[in-house]
Amino acid sequence: MSDSILQIRDLRVTFSTQMGELRAVRGVDVDVAPGEILGVVGESGSGKSVSFLAAMGLLPQSATITGSVKLDGIELIGAKKKAIRSVRGRSLAMVFQDPLSALNPVHRVGDQIVEMIQSHQDMNTHDAEKRAVELLEIVGIPQPNDRARQYPHEFSGGMRQRVVIAMAIANNPKVLIADEPTTALDVTVQAQILEVIQRVQQTFGTAVVLITHDLGVIARVADSVNVMYAGRNVESGPVQSIFDHPSHPYTRGLLSSLPHEGADRLQPIAGFPPNMLAPPSGCGFAPRCEFAIDACNAELPTLQPFDDLQTSCIRAVDLRIGGRS
Amino acid sequence: MTNSHAEVLLSVRNLVKNFELRANTGIRKTQRIVQAVADVSFDVKVGQTLGLVGESGSGKTTVGRSVLQLIQPTSGEVIFEGEDLTKMSFEELRHVRRQMQIVFQDPFASLDPKMTVGSSIAEPLVVQGVGGNHQDKVAELLDLVGLSTDHAKRFPHEFSGGQRQRVGIARALALDPKLIVLDEPVSALDVSIQAGVVNLFGDLQKRLGMSYVFIAHDLSVVRHIADQVAVMYLGKIVEIGDKDAVYRNPSHPYTKALLSAVPLPDPKIERSRHRIMLEGDVPSPVNPPTGCRFRTRCWKATELCAVEEPQLVVRSTGQQSACHFPE
Ligand SMILES: Nc1ncnc2c1ncn2[C@@H]1O[C@H](COP(=O)(O)OP(=O)(O)O)[C@@H](O)[C@H]1O
Ligand SMILES: Nc1ncnc2c1ncn2[C@@H]1O[C@H](COP(=O)(O)OP(=O)(O)O)[C@@H](O)[C@H]1O
Ligand code: SF4
Ligand SMILES: [Mg+2]
Ligand SMILES: [Mg+2]
Repeated sequence: MSDSILQIRDLRVTFSTQMGELRAVRGVDVDVAPGEILGVVGESGSGKSVSFLAAMGLLPQSATITGSVKLDGIELIGAKKKAIRSVRGRSLAMVFQDPLSALNPVHRVGDQIVEMIQSHQDMNTHDAEKRAVELLEIVGIPQPNDRARQYPHEFSGGMRQRVVIAMAIANNPKVLIADEPTTALDVTVQAQILEVIQRVQQTFGTAVVLITHDLGVIARVADSVNVMYAGRNVESGPVQSIFDHPSHPYTRGLLSSLPHEGADRLQPIAGFPPNMLAPPSGCGFAPRCEFAIDACNAELPTLQPFDDLQTSCIRAVDLRIGGRS
Repeated sequence: MTNSHAEVLLSVRNLVKNFELRANTGIRKTQRIVQAVADVSFDVKVGQTLGLVGESGSGKTTVGRSVLQLIQPTSGEVIFEGEDLTKMSFEELRHVRRQMQIVFQDPFASLDPKMTVGSSIAEPLVVQGVGGNHQDKVAELLDLVGLSTDHAKRFPHEFSGGQRQRVGIARALALDPKLIVLDEPVSALDVSIQAGVVNLFGDLQKRLGMSYVFIAHDLSVVRHIADQVAVMYLGKIVEIGDKDAVYRNPSHPYTKALLSAVPLPDPKIERSRHRIMLEGDVPSPVNPPTGCRFRTRCWKATELCAVEEPQLVVRSTGQQSACHFPE
């Protein structure tokens, strides 16, 4: 896809740790179209956060990053620090699970938004303050004029996450990356925050990458989905297809392990994810896969077109006979 | 599965737990009281599971810890096999405690990293002075939770998340308890692993016949595992009854909103169903709303809701709910 606003190719991230080289991301491709919501789902430790932290230029020195990350055609990997800084927070913004990590406890939230605006745009303080209040209103904070003068601790968890989203969209980014933005919130508040994210996407045409471990969240808001496992993208495609006819045994396993009405027993996936200090040489899921054959362990499979999906399972065609999971 | 004639194992009556918060606000020292649990009653039957759901801060953990007398309730009764635990001496409690265990979200946080898993599992036996061959018992327990006997010799860090939870369960089972309080026992696990642990709880209950109080914020897991469900909001039970009644015909507006907020793994349903959007967050338990505690977020609230606290009333669908204008 050449019309991607965010295009990632063969992204690899390795951490040097005391125990050796930890291969967190092992060749990931991502395409985000303008204005779409891409859901990224997968087992914890599968490399979801690290992939997008790498794209944001937010990983520590211990990380070796290779591959390509292009935002609107501009390469970010290997770019000069100054160039990355001008992109980060402006065209590419990120929100995290813990809103407090993004807020300064001793500054009023309005001032923090103003600072965010002025660090990327040439706008006078009066206008920036007006814009900050507008942004707080957009994310659904009541009495935004008064609230702008308050400090982060005066906000509840859900309201703080709204403030962080307001900051993230302050410079009208092309892509908003949201990493488990609702995981720490209660479901009724989660519903509100997901609505805010959808509103941002619809109002400004912002593309959104929504990282979550919750398939329900994906089903609610994503247009397309990337499923990650052991540092790889194992399957991607339109959201309806991923749920209707997943091609990869991991995706299928994930869907059938969820509790559903009338089920007497749940269906776990046997085993546990591999150690990324010594990941399997073949398909990362093979050690847990009930369909694995010798060929699955022979070499690292890459994404191939399959129906309207992209799948890394070399047995996708054989398994199709199994039909809907 | 539900046997409505089963005997009652645990009766909680009018449980109240207040925490005192001391805060220094400038010159004035104020003392504020958090009503973590505000007059809660429920029964747990032999061999059955009561699911306790509600948003964080609603008082679930405090109820669980009060049941085990790990914290002392401010008032109310906790009647276990006919005896009120709140009136027992320390020595009497020690004996009853054998029969009640608790499993947390991460039981490994409470295990000694330098001790083998086998010794950790045997520890309750040692503490309670149980005789017999502990090694055999540990092997039996490991087998029961789906681990192998060799695991006894290993150390905590060698285990994955799901295995850790199994070790925690084995330890909780060591003294053959009649009641286990499970406080968010699968919340930290990936769903692919969670499913196996949830199955294990079901299998163990079938085999050993113990009762569970299953605390979770994940409503779909509770629906799977519970016989009865109690929905908590700001320290109160707002709805309680048989699982099917509560899930199929939620009577309290909060239950209805909660169920409608849970994202379901089905894009077609998610994009077509009507969702009730609650406004704002849960108010502070330091200063809960008068009357119905849910009224500040309730779309049905009237003047009556502010002045009169609704009581739990049995509804036509079988469950009880505390609302002046039930669904
Ligand atoms: N700063 C770091 N140093 C070393 N290893 C890391 C670091 N950050 C993440 N990892 C490891 O990288 C892998 C992928 O992590 P992450 O992307 O956070 O997973 P998730 O899919 O849960 O977001 C994990 O094995 C994790 O332990
Ligand atoms: N030890 C404590 N001291 C003061 N307040 C507490 C203490 N334990 C719990 N609380 C408060 O009691 C309320 C209920 O907490 P908890 O039982 O942990 O809720 P839940 O388990 O439903 O999230 C919360 O407002 C919490 O902050
Ligand atoms: S009593 Fe009133 S405020 Fe409370 S839930 Fe019922 S209608 Fe809503
Ligand atoms: Mg992550
Ligand atoms: Mg709790």
